Amino acid sequence: MTEPQILEPQAAEVLARRFESLPALLASDHDLRRRGAELCTTFLVGIAGIPFLLTLERGMHMHLLRGQPLMRAFRFAVRGTAAAWTRYWQTVPPPGWHDLFALTKRGEMTIEGDLYPFMAYLQVMKDLLALPRRIAEA
Amino acid sequence: MAAALASSPTATIEPIIGRYLNVTIAGRPQRLYFEEAGSGIPLLCLHTAGADSRQWRHLMVDEAITRHFRILAFDLPWHGKSNPPPGYERETYRLTTADYVATVRAFCAALALERPVVMGCSIGGRIVLELAISHAQEFRALIGLEAADFQEPWYDTAWLNRPDIHGGAICAALVSGLIAPTSPEVSRHETLWHYLQSGPGVFQGDLYFYRVDGDLRGRLGSIDTQKCPLFLLTGEYDFSCTPQDTERTAAQIPGAEVTIMRELGHFPMSENPQQFRRYILPVLERIRTLPEHPR
Repeated sequence: MTEPQILEPQAAEVLARRFESLPALLASDHDLRRRGAELCTTFLVGIAGIPFLLTLERGMHMHLLRGQPLMRAFRFAVRGTAAAWTRYWQTVPPPGWHDLFALTKRGEMTIEGDLYPFMAYLQVMKDLLALPRRIAEA
Repeated sequence: MAAALASSPTATIEPIIGRYLNVTIAGRPQRLYFEEAGSGIPLLCLHTAGADSRQWRHLMVDEAITRHFRILAFDLPWHGKSNPPPGYERETYRLTTADYVATVRAFCAALALERPVVMGCSIGGRIVLELAISHAQEFRALIGLEAADFQEPWYDTAWLNRPDIHGGAICAALVSGLIAPTSPEVSRHETLWHYLQSGPGVFQGDLYFYRVDGDLRGRLGSIDTQKCPLFLLTGEYDFSCTPQDTERTAAQIPGAEVTIMRELGHFPMSENPQQFRRYILPVLERIRTLPEHPR
């Protein structure tokens, strides 16, 4: 990624707090929960250097844990820079910043690990990680 | 424009006619489904990888176009309502430049299309460039949508065809990011439905042409836009064939005209037909008023 993981702590914290709303946003999205009902996995999301461990259980019940507990296993990791999440979460993202693969192509995001659950539920994963678009920027 | 029925005023029938053409292409019998509408200058439209001719349905009911152009669009073999050839069950589908060119030329010859305009999108845009290189004299004008000589791959196509992942769902999910976020939801999901319905391995087979066999880097120098005008239009939200890819391509072709389309992605004709017509109508009007014979 082009951006160093060390950045203005305030910007990263604002993004992290926005991401912490994910379980509530998911709980209110019945269509997304319907489409991902069978997806059970544990994965890591990096928000501008701040890690979150997410677990999805049947019915898309989500547990979100800030931080990366020692030696806790996860299937895959999606890590983006502050610029990536800031623009990806705009109500209308700008061209080239509007899709997870657009971000990986431009070097602002990495998607690594055992990608099977991510790819098998690709649209669900894209829509899940886009949910913070629904809340205004701080 | 769809016509209302006297028997049922709320029902309409669109002026699109669908038929089947049986034709031998590169030595193999093929049964091609095609649709057409309008009259005038033949305008052959080529769909994107992993999709079919339904992508062009909005153009085909646009009277501003059909009053001057006979719009035709076929489903490539293996796509839409065109069958795969006999024996398909014993082979891996791979689209090649030679087969794609042969299909376009066989279709035009069979229907006796006289110097048609060809407009293709994505893989269709790539083959338009190949036609400009190798068969320009056969065409009145060429239009490449989301077209470039080459694009950097952005995912591993091995994911597209494996028994433990739904092929249609992953193809649709991958290309969903190529649609502009401003495109209407109904049109977005209609565009994705074409991918959700595609046959196993078909999108992957098309991408063999797109990524490997159809690499045109270093071959554009022979294109003569005096013989056949070339128009390239690319959506700003297309990160597969980016505006920069198209501009780099056009910079190698004297006389090629480039338009970067705002609020459109990789599927302009189907993801946002109203926005697309703002860009394509002036191009078609330019073509309509070109001199009758090659300059």
